[in-house]
Amino acid sequence: MLRLPEFNYIQPRTLREATKVLADLAPNAMLVAGGTDVYPKMKRGQFAPRHLVSLRGLRELKGIRQTKDGLWIGAGESLTAVSRHRVIAKRLPALAHAAESVSTPQLRNMGTIGGNVLVDTRCNYYDQTFFWRQAVGFCMKKDGQICLVAPGSEKCLAIASSDTAPVLVSLGADVILVSKQGERRVKLEELYRDDGIDYCAKSQDEVLKGLLIPKEALGLRNVYLKLRRRGSFDFPILGVAATMDLDNQGECRHARVVLTAVASAPKVVAEAATLLQGKKITKELIETVADAAAKISHPLDNADLDYWYRKRMAKVFTLRALAQLAGLELVA
Amino acid sequence: MTRKKTLSVIGKPLRKVDAMAKCAGETVYADDLNLPRTIYAKLLRSPHPHARILGINAARALKLDGVFAVLTGEDLPQKFGIMPSTEDEEALAVDKVRYAGDPVAAVAAASETLAEKALGYIDVEYEVLKPILSIEEALASTEESQRIHTWNRRANVQKAVSLEFGDVEGGFAGSDHIFEGTYFYQGNTHLPMEQYCAVGFYGPDDKLTLWSSTQTPHYLHRALAKVLKLPASRIRVIATPVGGGFGGKSDPFSHEICVAKLSMITRRPVKITLSREETFYVHRGRHPVKMWAKTGVKSDGTIQAMQYKTFLDGGGYSSYGLASVYYTGALQTVTYKVPAYKFEGVRVFTNKPACGPKRGHGTPQPRFAEEIQMDEIAENLDIDPLELRLKQLVEANSVTINGLQISSCGLRECIEKVAERAEWKKKFRKLPFGHGIGFAASAYITGAGLPIYWNNMPHSGVQIKLDRSGGVTIFCGSSDIGQGSDSILVYAIAEEFGIDPADIRVVSADTDLTPVDLGSYSSRGTIMTGNATIQACGKLKPLLLEAASEALEVPADDLEFADGQVRSASLPSRGISFAECVVKAEGKHGTLGATGSYWPPKNPREFKGSGVGPTPAYTFSTAIVELHCDSETGEIKIDKVWIAHDCGKAFNPLLVEGQTEGSVYMALGEALMEEQIFRKNGLHKIPSILEYKSPTTLETPEIETILVETIDPEGPYGAKEAGQGPLLPVVPAVSNAVFDAIGVRIHEIPITPDKILRALEGRLKAVSIPQFEFPAPLKWQPGEGVKVEQKS
Repeated sequence: MLRLPEFNYIQPRTLREATKVLADLAPNAMLVAGGTDVYPKMKRGQFAPRHLVSLRGLRELKGIRQTKDGLWIGAGESLTAVSRHRVIAKRLPALAHAAESVSTPQLRNMGTIGGNVLVDTRCNYYDQTFFWRQAVGFCMKKDGQICLVAPGSEKCLAIASSDTAPVLVSLGADVILVSKQGERRVKLEELYRDDGIDYCAKSQDEVLKGLLIPKEALGLRNVYLKLRRRGSFDFPILGVAATMDLDNQGECRHARVVLTAVASAPKVVAEAATLLQGKKITKELIETVADAAAKISHPLDNADLDYWYRKRMAKVFTLRALAQLAGLELVA
Repeated sequence: MTRKKTLSVIGKPLRKVDAMAKCAGETVYADDLNLPRTIYAKLLRSPHPHARILGINAARALKLDGVFAVLTGEDLPQKFGIMPSTEDEEALAVDKVRYAGDPVAAVAAASETLAEKALGYIDVEYEVLKPILSIEEALASTEESQRIHTWNRRANVQKAVSLEFGDVEGGFAGSDHIFEGTYFYQGNTHLPMEQYCAVGFYGPDDKLTLWSSTQTPHYLHRALAKVLKLPASRIRVIATPVGGGFGGKSDPFSHEICVAKLSMITRRPVKITLSREETFYVHRGRHPVKMWAKTGVKSDGTIQAMQYKTFLDGGGYSSYGLASVYYTGALQTVTYKVPAYKFEGVRVFTNKPACGPKRGHGTPQPRFAEEIQMDEIAENLDIDPLELRLKQLVEANSVTINGLQISSCGLRECIEKVAERAEWKKKFRKLPFGHGIGFAASAYITGAGLPIYWNNMPHSGVQIKLDRSGGVTIFCGSSDIGQGSDSILVYAIAEEFGIDPADIRVVSADTDLTPVDLGSYSSRGTIMTGNATIQACGKLKPLLLEAASEALEVPADDLEFADGQVRSASLPSRGISFAECVVKAEGKHGTLGATGSYWPPKNPREFKGSGVGPTPAYTFSTAIVELHCDSETGEIKIDKVWIAHDCGKAFNPLLVEGQTEGSVYMALGEALMEEQIFRKNGLHKIPSILEYKSPTTLETPEIETILVETIDPEGPYGAKEAGQGPLLPVVPAVSNAVFDAIGVRIHEIPITPDKILRALEGRLKAVSIPQFEFPAPLKWQPGEGVKVEQKS
């Protein structure tokens, strides 16, 4: 079997202590919460940290509660806890569904929402053992120079693979990041970069403390549709998160569509807002948005199923997500 | 001695003998073995699919503290392989590697981590050769320089066969309609939960013991003796409980030979456990097969002639390939009456992990073609597909055109029952668009008629020891791979002696202690070990009855074994306990023990290749699959599978149902998602249990199993196989159901959503068939010598 390499395991007791340790060890340290992605990747040589700083047991990262600003979700809450939380299950079924569609029950019990939001980008050339990556000739994301999916590409094309990220972006969530220097609050979507290696703007000495979903978002219609081969285990090979608000006359006050697994960052489909807001939702309108979604989707041959198929599904899934939120019947 | 009319153990849903240990996590698998002073081995594998080895230097690795030994190809130059006529494997590649993952060196070190590290210190110089990665490339590479092996006659053709039975030309000439089609069955792997593991120990007594997760300890025993150049008498192979085999643990393997050799050098127990990735490289799974099928029928649909061409992508070594290629042509004639039949098949070498036997061994692929073609014939002639089959089923006690003897046959009942339960008539062609139902039938063997290596000894042997306590111990070489072969031995003894299964112990799969059984492959276990066990019990019974008769003063022919007693059948209150009877018999006759043997009926055919196909008894299966297909996403959801299986007699209906459901599950994986696929550089594309898509419980639909009992004259209590046959009809039934749902034919598996969309848009290309000149056919007809033996 594959063995874990040697490393130092540091278990801080407070967030403050964690940020201090991190500031000291930053370039050679990695954070670990549930460990469901970190440990297998260490076995395969994708991650090779000298130190692991554990976030388990940090009280500051726990809790899901309604505040005057909205809904606070501690980054250290398990995906199971998020998916089962009363308010989330009732008001944010998209988030509950996204959280419970991650991997398997056992891994959701261990894996955290913070870990999922920050989860490493994926690629069939990268998510392999050291033996395999060496045999194929290493890619730029780890140990190599070029992108093996598209050798002409200047940047890594690994895929954004979080289920909860597109939903949280569609809900307009903020993240709270803490370092030795202090705390900052940023829009989650601003945390992501369309670069498979440098996919996250969180600096190495920062800890993701939690997420804040604005109060207004709790009143939005929301949905998450995930494409994958099986009902368990699989990462998304396409995810469509959508939010919508309709007034009493059925006019659209707000609409947002966010895609995952179509690029190295979650992608906001700008047309959802520009075309739908202020209008009555029709099949023609959402078809235009769905076409726009397919247009900005750039699946490549580095995940399950054909890329042309995944691109096509970006349209079908966007159409279905919006129709569902608008209460439109789609007749095939 | 009167034969009991009713069965008291056989047919009862008893718990498997090893069930509690497995549920409690107490089963000791190979990786659970921890002998004192154990050291650990790792294999260095080639990163290239095809390369010459110019040199290997292990000096740097040997200098590492804690590294005990390094082996390379020259330490184990003797070639081996499961089929004696195609031994083309090396424990470690000697001068050439033939797939990415082919082992080139083995390290033994103080820890697994250190062994892994040491691999990086072994320097191998390769001359990279152009890999051959498809059937077409293999057939086109006729130059000597492009050869993967040198022993075979035609470059990169391992074996080409051509057989003709009956008047094929006349059959087609006399047909009103001819149907032709091309098909592709993608390769897939067994994916057992337990990865390969072996422990070798060459002891101070100069004897070698090898523990391994193997389905075939006897064949492994022979291979070890040959490669290690040790007398077989000094080698002991113990098959540990196998955590899933499905055919993938039926070859002798590099890792098994290497731990044995490393232990001979280090004199310490050496253990190796392969990673999941390595398990994909060892493979021996389902061959990718391209097929061309042609059937000629009268206007009423009756078959006049059938012709098949099959092209098997064998991978880098022969493995069971010689049998596999024949199996792709062997059983097409065993469901419907086929008066004329021609088969041509070829297996090629490619630079990929070797294919071998997987559940159904070589027969699911042509069955996929045959059953889709039958569905197309029915559609075209406007006949219900079940009616089309029912009018021309093979019959019990008949001989097929290729000389296969069918004894019992429950195919008609299987069709009728499955149709009734699934409400076929109400649904077929009547469901709305996107919702469909499909049918297929199949046949399979209950054990191969011939052993892997020629010999005239029994295929299965057992030894029974009776104890003064009333306990019985049975020794048998069969290896329990989860199918319940240990339990079968217990049930047979409990039935014969009328005792509680809890009073019986099994010692199995240990070449020092147990008589030879050829292994757990070809669905041979129950029929062969069951018959051998009944025979051994039959030898002991007269001794027991004689003693009981004296003690009870009841004539022996009025005695019966029942309820833990030997008692008078006419006056059941007159009896003694089985234990007491054993004591009296031992006092009278001395130590009590007996052996039992089983040979399959003699092969009635006498031509080259005739060894593949004959069996003591054929089983029959039918499946109906109901599904939904989303025409926008191409996604398929299986609603339900009805499966009927003619198992002869359900030895234990729980086990038979379990095997049947497991077959359905595995078939759905093959039909919908599983693929052993490779990149252009020859590397396995997805060697992980996450990316190799195998269905979960969430994709597994409700399965309704219908057991049909035909009480086969050759089977123990009438039993036939159940472990493999029920896989076969499910795969084509899925394709036929897709046609019923959305009106498109898919001739290749897996039926992935993108293929559905392509097909709906008319963009799914027909499967291409390579050009190849097959040898002139060997013509044969069942002659005078072939008759059905009427068995009692």
